[in-house]
Amino acid sequence: MQTWHKMTPTLMRLLEAFGLVMAVVILNFLLIQMAPGDPVEVIVGEMGGASEELIAQLRAQYGLDQPVLHQLGIYLGKVLTGDLGYSYYFNTPVMELLLQRVPATVLLCLSALFVSVLVGTFAGAFSARKPDGAGSHIVTVISLIGYSAPVFWIGMMLLILFASVWPIFPVSGMQSLRKPSGIAYYLDILHHLVLPTVTLAMIYIAYYSRLARTSMIEVLGQDYIRTARAKGLPENKVMWKHALRNGLIPIVTMVGLQFGQLFAGAVLVETVFNWPGLGRLAYESILRRDYPTLLGILLFSAVLVMIANVLTDIAYRRIDPRMRKART
Amino acid sequence: MKHWKSLLAATCMAALMAGSAMAEGSVVIGSTGVPRHFNGAIQSGIFTFMPSSNIYASPLRYSKSWEPEPYVATSWETSEDGLTVTLHLRDDVKFHDGEPLTSADVKFSIETIKANHPFKTMLAPVESVDTPDDVTVVIHLAHPHPALLLAMSPVLMPILPEHVYGPEAGDIQQNPANLAPIGAGPFKMAEYKQGEYYKMVKNEDFFIEGKPILDEVYVQIFPDTNSLMLALERGDLDMVPFVSSPRDLKRLSGNADLVVDSDLGQAIGPINWLAYNTKKPPLDDVRVRKAINYAIDRDFMLKVLLQGQAPVAPGPIVPGSPLANPDVENYDLDLEKAAALLDEAGLKPGADGMRFTITADASAADEEMGRNLLEYMKSQLRKVGIGVELRLAPDFPTWAKRISSYDFDVTIDKVFNWGDPVIGVNRTYLTSNIRPGVIWSNTQQYSNPKVDELLEAAALETDPEERKALYDEFQKIVVDDTPIYFLNVIPYATVYKTGLAGVPDGIWGGVSPMDDLHWEK
Repeated sequence: MQTWHKMTPTLMRLLEAFGLVMAVVILNFLLIQMAPGDPVEVIVGEMGGASEELIAQLRAQYGLDQPVLHQLGIYLGKVLTGDLGYSYYFNTPVMELLLQRVPATVLLCLSALFVSVLVGTFAGAFSARKPDGAGSHIVTVISLIGYSAPVFWIGMMLLILFASVWPIFPVSGMQSLRKPSGIAYYLDILHHLVLPTVTLAMIYIAYYSRLARTSMIEVLGQDYIRTARAKGLPENKVMWKHALRNGLIPIVTMVGLQFGQLFAGAVLVETVFNWPGLGRLAYESILRRDYPTLLGILLFSAVLVMIANVLTDIAYRRIDPRMRKART
Repeated sequence: MKHWKSLLAATCMAALMAGSAMAEGSVVIGSTGVPRHFNGAIQSGIFTFMPSSNIYASPLRYSKSWEPEPYVATSWETSEDGLTVTLHLRDDVKFHDGEPLTSADVKFSIETIKANHPFKTMLAPVESVDTPDDVTVVIHLAHPHPALLLAMSPVLMPILPEHVYGPEAGDIQQNPANLAPIGAGPFKMAEYKQGEYYKMVKNEDFFIEGKPILDEVYVQIFPDTNSLMLALERGDLDMVPFVSSPRDLKRLSGNADLVVDSDLGQAIGPINWLAYNTKKPPLDDVRVRKAINYAIDRDFMLKVLLQGQAPVAPGPIVPGSPLANPDVENYDLDLEKAAALLDEAGLKPGADGMRFTITADASAADEEMGRNLLEYMKSQLRKVGIGVELRLAPDFPTWAKRISSYDFDVTIDKVFNWGDPVIGVNRTYLTSNIRPGVIWSNTQQYSNPKVDELLEAAALETDPEERKALYDEFQKIVVDDTPIYFLNVIPYATVYKTGLAGVPDGIWGGVSPMDDLHWEK
C-alpha cells in the first residue's frame, strides 16, 4: 500500500508527460497541414516539372489524398507502436534520419550549455565581487549586446570575421571532408565546433552572467557570509565554496527552463554553420513540407525537453538541501 | 606525456601532408541541393543530374556541339520513315559490379524511363524496343521523334543494370540501389552522408581508356548560398556549378584565383520570365499585356538590375539553341504606346490617375531575378497608371500552389527548355497541357490552336530545315500573343579554381560527365 502511494505521484507525472507529448504531436500535425502546398509540390519543384499522373501517383503513395483527420489517425497509430514513418523527401525511415543527426545536435547543445554556464557564472560572480568596478560594467555591456543581438546575426558576423577576414576556423560542417584519423579526428570536430558553440552560447552567457551577478550580490549580503568572513576564511573560499553554491540555484532553474529554447537556437545556428544536426533537418523539412520528418523531430525534442526538466528537478534537489525535504 | 607537443605537431604534419597528396587526384564541388536519390532514370532536376550523369553511362553524349557523339553507342541510324532508330553498342562496357552492359539493360532503361520519368513527352512515342543481339537495340516509334537523340544524353537516359533495378528487386521507387547506385559511368558512388556530402571514386574499369583522370570527387552540400560562396572564395571548394546570382558572378569575376565560365549549359535552357494569367481580366486582353511589356524597360533590367551578367531571352527557346529565332518582337520601352494600347482596351485612368491594380507574385528567396525586377516594374507601371502589389511567397510550395491553381495575376517564373523543345517547351504553350494543380504546365491557360498545330507538327518533323521553320513561326506567334514576357536567360556559370582543367563546359554544362576533369600541373 505504501509503495503504491509513493508510486502514484511518479505515475501521474509520467501520464502528464505522455499526454503533453501527444498534444504536441497532434497540434503540430494539424498546424503543418495548414501551410499551403504539400511535399509533392516540393518534389515536383526539384524535378523541374512532372506530369499530372505522376503527381497523382505520388499523392496517393503518401496518403495525401486522404482527409486530414484520417491521416492524423494513421500517424498516431504508427507513433504509438514506435514507427515514425518514412520521410516523403528521402524515402528513408524517419527514425534512421533522426538517429543520424541527433549526435551532432546533442554535441552542439551540450557544448553551448557547458560553455554558457561556465563562462556566465564566473563572469557574473566576478562582477558581483565589485559591483561598481570597471570589470562589472564591462560584463554588463557585453551581456547587453549578447542578449539583444539575434542569434543568426551573431553567427554570420562570426563567420565573416573568423572565416573570411581572419580564416582560422572552418566555414561549415562538423568535419573536414578528408577525414583525419586518431586524435586528429576529434581535434577536427573540435575545430569545427568552436564558432557554432560560441554563437549559440552568446545569448545564454549574457543571460546567466546577469543572473549570476544579481544572485551573487544577494548571497554575498547574507548573514552567513559575514560570519564566514568574520571567522577569518580567505575571500576565495568564501566566494567559491560558500557563496557560489547558493548563487547557482537560480541558474540551474533557468537552464532547465531554457532547454527548449536552446534547441530552437540550435535550428538557426545549424543553418548558418551548416551543422548536420536535427535543427537544420527541421528547418529544411518545413521548407520541403516533409511532414513525417518534421513531426518526428518535434516529437523527439518534446521528449528531450521533458527529460531535461526531470533532470533539472533532480539536480535542483541535490544542490539545495532544502528541496530534499519537500515532496511534490 | 612529456612528448605530447611533438606528437601533436607530428599528427598535424601528417594530416597536412596527406591532405596535399590527396589534392592532386581529388576535387571538391559545392552544391546547394540535396538530391532525393541518385537514380536519374526516375527523377529529374539538377541536383540528381550531376551525380547521375557520372555514375551511369548513356548511349550518347554531347560536348559543345548539338550533334551527338558516341558514348555507350558506337553508331546509330534512323530509318527513312523516322519510325525506327537502331543503336549499335560497345561490347566492352561493364557495370560497377563487374556485370557486362548489354542491349537488354538499354531496353530495360528505356522502358523504365518511359514509365517513371517526370518528363513524359521525352519517350512518349516509343512503342517497343527489340534486342536482336547483345549489342544492338532497335527502338520502334509511333511517329517520327527528332527529340529522341537528345533524350539519350547522360542526364536524361542513364543506363540502369536490369539485374539491380529490375522487377525482381521490387518497386523501383523504393529500391535501395537508388541511394547506392550501380552504373557504368566514369565514377562509382563511394559514400553518401545524407544531406552533407557524397563521394564518388574513379571507376578503374571505365570503358574509355585513360579516363576518368581524377581519383575522387566530393560533392559537399551547403543549404545556404552565402556559406557556399564563402567556402568557394576561401579556397575550401574547387568548383561550384550553377552559380546564377548576378551579384556573386560580378564579384567572383574579379577574383584572380577563380575562373568564371558562363558559356555553357545551353541545353538546360533556363529562362526567367514574367507570366500572365491570360484568363483573368484585364490581362485576358492581349493589348493590356502588350502595354505592360512596352511600359517595362527590359534593357534597363538586364544592364543595371542584373548587372549585365544575364543575356536577354527574346522568346520561348533560349538563344543558345539551334532552333532559336532572334527575329521576334522586342517590346522596346515605349510609354506612349503602352498608354495608347490601354486606352484602346477601354481602361481609362481614374481620378487618381490609376487604371487598375494587379498582384505580382514571386518567391521571397528569389531576390535578384524576382523581387528586384518586380519592384522596378512597380515603379515603371505606375507611370502608365497600373498599380502593382507585390506578393512574396515564403517558400516554394506556397508559390507553386498559388500558380498551379491560377491564383495569380502576373508572376515571375523560371522554366527550363531541357534540350529539345518537345521535352521542356511544349508543356508551357499547348492547350492540352492546361492542367490545374500541376506546376510548370500551361499555368498561363494560354490557348492558340495555331500554336498547338505548329508544336504538334514540329514534334514529328524529321527534316531539320522544315522543323526550324515551324519553330520559328511558333516563337513569333508566342512573342506576339505574349502570354509570357520573356526576360532573361538565367546565367548559370561554373566557377572553379585556376589550375582545374577539363571542366565540363558543353551544352549540358555542369551536369555532364566529369571524366575529363583534372588538375593541370
